[in-house]
Amino acid sequence: MERITDINLLKEKARQFRREILEMITEAGSGHPGGSLSSIDIITTLYLYKMRHRPEMPHWPERDRFILSKGHACPAVYVVLANCGYFPREELKDFRRLGARLQGHVYTGVPGVEHSTGSLGHGLSVANGMALGARIRGVAFNVYCLLGDGEIQEGSVWEAAMTAGHHKLERVCAILDYNKVQENGPVNEIKNEEPLLEKWRDFGWHTIEIDGHDFKEIMEALDEFDRVKDRPTFIKANTVKGKGVSFMEGQAKWHGKAPSREQLEEALKELGF
Amino acid sequence: MDKKATRDAFGEALLELGRENRDIVVLSGDLEDSTRAEYFKKEFPERFFNLGIAEQDILGTAAGMSTDGLIPFACSFAVFLTNRAYDILRISICYNNRNVKLIGSHGGLTVGPDGATAQCLEDFAILRVLPNIKVICPVDAIETKKATRAIVEVDGPVYMRLSRPPFPVITKETDEFVIGRANIMREGRDATVIACGLMVYEALMAADALSKEGIEVRVINMHTIKPVDEGAIIAAARETGAIVTAEEHQINGGLGSAVAEVLVRRIPVPVEMIAVNDTFGESGEPEELLSKYGLKDVDIMNAIKRVIERKRGGK
Repeated sequence: MERITDINLLKEKARQFRREILEMITEAGSGHPGGSLSSIDIITTLYLYKMRHRPEMPHWPERDRFILSKGHACPAVYVVLANCGYFPREELKDFRRLGARLQGHVYTGVPGVEHSTGSLGHGLSVANGMALGARIRGVAFNVYCLLGDGEIQEGSVWEAAMTAGHHKLERVCAILDYNKVQENGPVNEIKNEEPLLEKWRDFGWHTIEIDGHDFKEIMEALDEFDRVKDRPTFIKANTVKGKGVSFMEGQAKWHGKAPSREQLEEALKELGF
Repeated sequence: MDKKATRDAFGEALLELGRENRDIVVLSGDLEDSTRAEYFKKEFPERFFNLGIAEQDILGTAAGMSTDGLIPFACSFAVFLTNRAYDILRISICYNNRNVKLIGSHGGLTVGPDGATAQCLEDFAILRVLPNIKVICPVDAIETKKATRAIVEVDGPVYMRLSRPPFPVITKETDEFVIGRANIMREGRDATVIACGLMVYEALMAADALSKEGIEVRVINMHTIKPVDEGAIIAAARETGAIVTAEEHQINGGLGSAVAEVLVRRIPVPVEMIAVNDTFGESGEPEELLSKYGLKDVDIMNAIKRVIERKRGGK
């Protein structure tokens, strides 16, 4: 796909994507707006700026891979994939409906989705496996894995972190959507994860900390990952749960709840629609 | 009679396959010495990964490696590979329908002195409820070699249970092995024993002994627990009218349950089940354990007599 390097254009795209995320969750009557809105700027930058991929050829062997390990944030991925042309945008309204491809957690039945997740702590091992496989075969592509901050309380994430560090999987980039709020409250009150950069560094990773809503910082971090050659990269992206909708921002209750029609209107107004 | 451990046969077959098929890669949970995956490791170190004691990571990594045409064999003790890493198996392998081959060595009570924590008695039950996966337990070393080849031909997840101690070799190189198709080891019309793994041998011993009393028993090697061979089960019920199942597994949910599910739906006949009776194992030598937990030929003989009695309208 043609890369978008214009930050203002990326911003505008993400604004449109926020609208579609909120609309599809409202239409479905359930879903996870908080983590979709906190991760959409990162996912937008990955698909529109960074990754090598061909929507008309979802299985192009040299494509970069993206794995949404926090599978509940699938609205963000579905919206971006639809807008890239992987499948018709009209399908977004079928999200979570019986018989639809757009399952409630990210699903490989949707063109462009690399791995179905939902249960947390799965994605990073799978990403490592893709990178190890590519290394054996002598194929070169990057594997990006988006993790949730609640998710990394799962021990399997740390098994995978150790593997990537040990095998120096320089093609693996783990990005933490660090919105600091999980389903029942603040992460640091439920189970503090800090100091995060030190933990990942100790596991053998190159680490970068950014504002996950600042496109320039996201782009620079992804470019920096390209230059790191001897180890995997961990990007701690500081984000805001429900970003862009004031009544959702930082609120645990918007982790997994659909807005009402009125709330949707209010949210869209705030987003400038 | 020759004896050989199925894990040894697997290690040899995996090495042969590795020479023929460059897509085969092997992941180990630091037990390649025990699972015999080390034969492969020595010849193909670049396609072998000991990911340490991290079974969830092994299965997830295997799922990822399989996405691009590689055929990963994930090898560990059966207990760790299945019980420990179950959620990864369920979602990343079965729900995603990944072409991963899961090799669980040290299945059943015959693990022996390591005791209950190492003796896998639940794998059939917890795996056969998962969509997409096939579940296999070869009867001996010869069949294990054939099974190792056969599972590579399957596009999708397969679990194969192996055992630690040497088992009697009771099949021939010329015997056919087809996944999902049971093999009749011995004919008889008074009752049928449907067994897998070592218990097929015990069943044959029981059948030979009963033959001297004039009771003729069919013995079926049900090496594939899922998909179970419904045709063989129905034919056995119709032609012999009484079934005994035998497995190195918990009585709940395993081969016995799989057989009973077919029978109650299609052709109800009396069934007796030989299995570990809802209890954990313990340390001991394999033969001692089989005796104590009621998994010997004599136990199968008694079960056959009971089931024939029921068939004839006794209690």
